[in-house]
Amino acid sequence: MSIMNKHGLLERHSLLLTIGILVVVSIGGLIQMAPLAYMDNTIEKVDGMRPYTPLELMGRDIYIREGCYVCHSQMVRPLRDEVERYGHYSLAAESMYDHPFQWGSKRTGPDLARVGGKYSAEWQVDHLKDPRALVPESVMPPYAFLADKKLNYDRIEERLRTERMLGVPYTDEMIENAAGHIYAQADPDEKGYDYLDSLIEEYDGIAGRDGSVEYRDYDGDRTRVTEMDAIVAYLQMTGTLVDFSTYEANDLSNRR
Amino acid sequence: MMTPNSIASNSSRGSIATVSVAVAIFGVLSLIIAGRTIDHAMSIQAMTFIALVTAFLVGTGMWAGNLLDRNPFDETKYEDTLVKYGVFASMFWGIAGLLVGVVIALQLTFPNIFYFPEWGWTNFGRLRPLHTSAVIFAFGGNVLLATSFYVVQRTCRTRIAGGMWPWFVFWGYQFFIVLAATGYLLGVTQSKEYAEPEWYVDLWLTIVWVAYLLVFLGTLWKRKEPHIYVANWFYLSFIVTIAMLHIVNNLSVPVSWTGTKSVQVFAGVQDAMTQWWYGHNAVGFFLTTGFLAIMYYFIPKRVNRPVYSYRLSIVHFWSLIFIYIWAGPHHLHYTALPQWAQTLGMTFSIMLWMPSWGGMINGVMTLSGAWDKLRTDPVVRMMVVSLAFYGMATFEGPLMSVRAVNSLSHYTEWGIGHVHSGALGWVGYISFGALYCLVPWLYKKKALYSKSLVEWHFWISTIGILFYMISMWFAGIMEGLMWRAYNEYGFLEYSFVETVEAKHISYMIRALGGLLYFSGALIMAYNLVRSAMGHGAAEPIDAKPDPYATPEPRATLVPAE
Repeated sequence: MSIMNKHGLLERHSLLLTIGILVVVSIGGLIQMAPLAYMDNTIEKVDGMRPYTPLELMGRDIYIREGCYVCHSQMVRPLRDEVERYGHYSLAAESMYDHPFQWGSKRTGPDLARVGGKYSAEWQVDHLKDPRALVPESVMPPYAFLADKKLNYDRIEERLRTERMLGVPYTDEMIENAAGHIYAQADPDEKGYDYLDSLIEEYDGIAGRDGSVEYRDYDGDRTRVTEMDAIVAYLQMTGTLVDFSTYEANDLSNRR
Repeated sequence: MMTPNSIASNSSRGSIATVSVAVAIFGVLSLIIAGRTIDHAMSIQAMTFIALVTAFLVGTGMWAGNLLDRNPFDETKYEDTLVKYGVFASMFWGIAGLLVGVVIALQLTFPNIFYFPEWGWTNFGRLRPLHTSAVIFAFGGNVLLATSFYVVQRTCRTRIAGGMWPWFVFWGYQFFIVLAATGYLLGVTQSKEYAEPEWYVDLWLTIVWVAYLLVFLGTLWKRKEPHIYVANWFYLSFIVTIAMLHIVNNLSVPVSWTGTKSVQVFAGVQDAMTQWWYGHNAVGFFLTTGFLAIMYYFIPKRVNRPVYSYRLSIVHFWSLIFIYIWAGPHHLHYTALPQWAQTLGMTFSIMLWMPSWGGMINGVMTLSGAWDKLRTDPVVRMMVVSLAFYGMATFEGPLMSVRAVNSLSHYTEWGIGHVHSGALGWVGYISFGALYCLVPWLYKKKALYSKSLVEWHFWISTIGILFYMISMWFAGIMEGLMWRAYNEYGFLEYSFVETVEAKHISYMIRALGGLLYFSGALIMAYNLVRSAMGHGAAEPIDAKPDPYATPEPRATLVPAE
C-alpha cells in the first residue's frame, strides 16, 4: 500500500511526527469540548441558583480537602431508582458555580447531591464525628477532629474575588463583608448579628427568592466558628437551591 | 585547539551549571514563598521543596567536584546509570503505592480497626489519592522514564541528549512525587481525580515535563539510525499528549501566590468534560501508550524475534491515539453533560476496541516461532499474560461504555475491578517484565538471581489479581442490582447501607488479593536487588559482545559502565 510507504517520511522526521501526533490528538478534544463553552443549551435556565455563601464555600473546601468526592457522587442520574432514592435528577445549572465540579465517580457512600435538609444538622454533626455510632454498617472514616478546628478564612476576600474573576457573580458587598457573613451564618445571635441582614439580602437577591440561606449555630459550639460548622452548612444546602416547582424539564431549551 | 569531541563535552559539562542554576532559582522562589506565606500547608510544602533542592545542589556539587578530568557525559557511552536509578525508583514507589492500596482496602473492610479518629490525615479520603498517584505517576511514571531513556538510546544508537538535563528530569520528577504525596496527606488537593496536585506542583511538573520532551526529542535528533523505531512513536505521543492534557485540565487561578488554594478556570459541565477528557486519556496515554512502547521494545528483544507486523504497528499507532482522545465522556453517562457528547464518547469507546486488540495481537504474535519461551521463561510469560489482561480490560471498557451497561456499572465496584484488571494485570505485569529484563542487561549479568522466584512472583500475583477482579465484579454487579431492586409493592427494596453491608465479604477477598499482589512485588524487589549484586545465577558477563545489546558499531559505542 502506497500510504504505508509514505509513512517513512514521519519515521525519518521527528518534528513531523510530533506535529502529526499533536494534530491527531487535538481533534477529538476540540470537537467535544469547544462547543460546550458557547452552546446556549449546555446549561438550562433555572430559578434559584446563587453562589455559595462564604461559610458554605469554606465547607466545600473542607469537603474537597478531606477527599469526600472519592466516595460520594453529587450527580443524580435520571433513572427511576435514583430519583426515588435521592430526589430530582441533577441539572447542569446546579453546578454552574462549582470550580471545580464535584460530580464524583464512585458511590462507596450514597450520592450527596440532594443531602441538604435530608437530616438534621445535629445528625450530620454526630454522624461526621462517629459514623458507626449512627449507622453500624457504615465504612466511612470518622471526622471528629473537624469540631476541634477553628475555621481558617484568612483569605476569604481574595478567594471570593478570584471566584468572581472566573464568572461567579459575587458583588462588592459580598466580598467586603465576607468575614462578617461567616459569623452571621454560623453564629447569627452573637457576633454575626450585625451582618445577618446583609447576608440574607445579598444571597437571596441573586437567588431571586426568600429563604435561600440557612443560618444557625451548626455544631453546638457558640464560642467560635469551626470546620464542622462550615462543612455542615455546606452539606445542609447541597441541592436545595433550585425551585423545582418552577422548573420545566420538558421545556424545549431543556431538552438536550 | 578544540577537537569536536571536547566541544561537545564542554557544552554538556555546561549543562551541570545550567541545571543547578535552574533548580536554585526554584529553590529561591520557594524560599520567598516560605517566608511570606500564612498558609500552614504551603509553608510545609515550600520547606520540603527547599530541603530537596538543597540536597540536590549539594549532591551535584560533590559529584561534579570529584569528576576531575573525567567527562561524565561521554558521548561514546550510553547513559545507563540514570536507567538504574529509574529501575530502583520504580521498585521503591511501586511497593509504597501497593502498600497504601492494601491499607485503604483494609480500611473499607475493617473500619473500626484501620481508622484513627485523632489522625484525620490517615483517612480514606486522603490516602486514596495517595494510592492512585503513587501507583500511576510514581511507579508507572518511573517505569516509563527508565524504559524510555533505555529504549531511545538503544534504538537511536546514541547517548541521551542534554548532558545533565535527563538527570534534572529524573530528580525533578521525584520532587514532584514527594510534593504531591505530602500535599495529599496535608489535605492539599484540587479534587480532580488523577490531577489532584495544586497549581504550584502542576507548574513544577510542567517544567519537568517540557525538559523530558526536549531531552527525548534531542536524542531523536542526534540518532544514528535513519528511522525512528516504533516504540519511540509511542513514547513521543505519550510525552506530547500528557503535556497537553496536564496543562488544559489544570488551568486554574491561585487565590494567592503564597497559598496552596487555587480556583479552577472551568466550572460544572465544562469542568466535568475537561476532567474526564483528561482522566480517560491519562489511562490512554500514560497507562496505555507509554506501556505499549515497552511492549514494542521489550517483547521482541526478550524473545529475539522481530515485531509481528510493521503495517499493523502503523495502523495501531495512529488509530489508537486518534480514537482514544474521544472516549472521555463515557465517564459521564446520564449526567448533566449534553447527550450528544455522551453519545460521541460511547461510539468512540466501542471503536477503540479494534486498535486495542490490534496492538495486543501485534505483541502476542511477536512470539511466533518462540512460543516455547512461554513455558521456559517466566519473564516472557509475565509480559504475554499482561497482554491478555490488556485485551480483557480493553474489551470490558467498551462494554462498560455502552449507556445501558453503564447505568448498572457506573459508581459501583465494577469500575474498581475494571481499572485494577488493567492496572495490576496490564500495567503492572508489563512493567515487572521490563524491570526483570533491565536489571541483568544494565548490570551485565547472565541471568536474574533466581528464576524460581520469578515463578513465585508470577503465580502469587496472578492469584491476587483473580481474587481482586472476581470479588469486585461480584460486588459491583451485586450492588448495582441492589440499588435498582424493587419489592412487590413498588418500593425500593434495599436501603443504601444494606448494599454496603452486602459487600463486606467481597472487600475481604479484595484485600487478600491486594496483599498477595503486594507480596509478589516484594519478592520481585528482593530478586532484583540480589541480581544487581550479582548473587545466585546473576553471574557477570565477561566475554564481549554483549548478547542483549542491539547490533551496533562497537568501535564508537559501548554501553556505559
